[in-house]
Amino acid sequence: MFKLSEIIKSIAVSAWFMFLTFPILVIKVNTYEKTIDWRWKNMILIGIASFFLSFLWRYMLKQKEYGSDKKKSKASSFFKNTVKNPKFYTSSIVLILCLIIAFPFVFSIYQTNIMTSALMYVVLGLGLNIVVGLAGLLDLGYVAFFAVGAYSYALLNHHFGITFFMALPIGALLGAFFGILLGFPVLRLKGDYLAIVTLGFGEIIRLILENWNDFSFGPSGIANIPKPSFFGINLSIYETTTYMYFIMILLVFLTVFVVNRLEDSRIGRAWIALKEDEVACQAMGIDKTKTKLYAFATGAAWAGLAGVVFAAKTSFINPASFTFLESAIILSLIVLGGMGSIFGVITGAFIFILLPEYLRAFSDYRMLVFGAAMVLMMVFRPQGIIKKRRRFYKISDSGGKKQR
Amino acid sequence: MNPVLEVSKLSMNFGGLKALENISLDIFQNEIVSLIGPNGAGKTTFFNCITGIYTPVSGDIFISSLPQKTEKENICGLKPNIITKKGMARTFQNIRLFQNMTVLENVMIGRHVRTHAGIIASVLKLKKTRNEEKKIVDDSYNILKKTGIENFANEKASTLPYGAQRKLEIARALATEPFLLLLDEPAAGMNPAETIELGLLIKEIREKENISILLIEHDMKFVMNLCDKIFVLDYGKKIASGTPDAIQNNPVVIKAYLGEDFDFDA
Repeated sequence: MFKLSEIIKSIAVSAWFMFLTFPILVIKVNTYEKTIDWRWKNMILIGIASFFLSFLWRYMLKQKEYGSDKKKSKASSFFKNTVKNPKFYTSSIVLILCLIIAFPFVFSIYQTNIMTSALMYVVLGLGLNIVVGLAGLLDLGYVAFFAVGAYSYALLNHHFGITFFMALPIGALLGAFFGILLGFPVLRLKGDYLAIVTLGFGEIIRLILENWNDFSFGPSGIANIPKPSFFGINLSIYETTTYMYFIMILLVFLTVFVVNRLEDSRIGRAWIALKEDEVACQAMGIDKTKTKLYAFATGAAWAGLAGVVFAAKTSFINPASFTFLESAIILSLIVLGGMGSIFGVITGAFIFILLPEYLRAFSDYRMLVFGAAMVLMMVFRPQGIIKKRRRFYKISDSGGKKQR
Repeated sequence: MNPVLEVSKLSMNFGGLKALENISLDIFQNEIVSLIGPNGAGKTTFFNCITGIYTPVSGDIFISSLPQKTEKENICGLKPNIITKKGMARTFQNIRLFQNMTVLENVMIGRHVRTHAGIIASVLKLKKTRNEEKKIVDDSYNILKKTGIENFANEKASTLPYGAQRKLEIARALATEPFLLLLDEPAAGMNPAETIELGLLIKEIREKENISILLIEHDMKFVMNLCDKIFVLDYGKKIASGTPDAIQNNPVVIKAYLGEDFDFDA
């Protein structure tokens, strides 16, 4: 079963890994006694592990190449039939709805809080998905619009006493406005160049917030941002958390609804076409400028909205919450979940935000695990956990009927 | 009657290279006109200039979508999407379909310019938008039927056979409701049977849709059988124009192509 050449390959791999990890895992300087500990045991363990893992790796690669068409047939057709069964479909939707409603009453405040922030990332992910997944414009400064939303609520509340619900549309509009502001100078840019400029834009917004003390109160941030009020009634901490959770649930539903509609519309198709081929897109009569600006504005509006919720939820914001890492997280959850797919982005957000919270025991290895997970995803399933589904149109000769 | 397209003294430079020099040409309604010339003569550059992808250095491009009227409009230097909206649609030499979209969706993109739903209308999806969407699907499907590739409607564009991809490009261009169709080497890479079919399709488009056609092509047999008028470019200059017969016997053209005797019937 195992050919000699494969064994040699694996030996080479394990030797390479032993060499790579040698300085970190084998040499340990004992600064107290000023001696060097040679931990040869680690080296042997690494060697054996990578030897066997390399077999597994090759096996999986082979499976991927060979089985991509054939393997699906049995297992996944059974799965598909179950999913398509209307009984299963409605009952699962009811079940999910019940779960969503029951969640804050069953679990602790801590859990509800985590869930609320995961939902916030769902909104952020879906917003960025418009820009990156649909229109194909790589935006690395997305967190800037999140900051715009958060600061617009915090500042407007501080100076003018604007309430949370008034701030929601204002935050969204300001987000969209900043989206257009960013959109204009980068209209001509594509790919890597666009990514760099958006990255710079994100940093500019953060640096302004950090340094313009008179405007944004600098690095010390803004505290005591009020939570949303429930028709003027004072709520306990538990009640507020639950309330925030349900507001966020509603916002997620709104986002999914709007993004779904947009994706399936004239504008959505134009975005996808723009991603595919810009020149052909223009030659087909699509206004490139307008379509790109629409994408930036609608994408940024959701970040503005989520920003307002973020400010209300944490009741304290400062520029440190809006670093590049946030943009990177939002982008990676889209990529992990499945670019362009609404369901995929939701899954990605839950995995990305909830798993680290529940795996606090392994928090030292969090980044390591994420790095490995991303590499594995890109190799074995580059389209993400949930692949974007293609739309099908059912056509009869008398007239077109559409079917998803 | 005005020509539907009248190009006068169009010039284009790339740095020091004169890609086009004082090209003038006109196309009348319902004509099939061909632009031929050796490789690098500037044919595609000419297309790119009149469709707005390049901005010409000098010259004018007039169109009149209603030749009965005397008004004509200068479209020189406008953006490609505006020119498409005004009624000139093109295909590309190296096929530029939206590869990951379905065949039907590709044609639906062509309808974009004749439909109106904006962001808010798309989200609300009121009756007007729903009807418009339905009409987009219906119209697009009908265009696919006209071009004879309706069987592929829900296939991904990249999976289509080569000939069908060429046809899809034409279908997508037709969806923008042009009065002038610009085809850049529509028969390139097709087998003889497909080429004949394409010729029939082009004639049918002219007769049924009242669309004038300007095409670039290297297949001489195809050009001679199909076209009413031929313009010949060489090194960015127009060296001849006229009917297929006149062009075939024109010594300047023969020289440009081969520098010696050249059999057009080959």
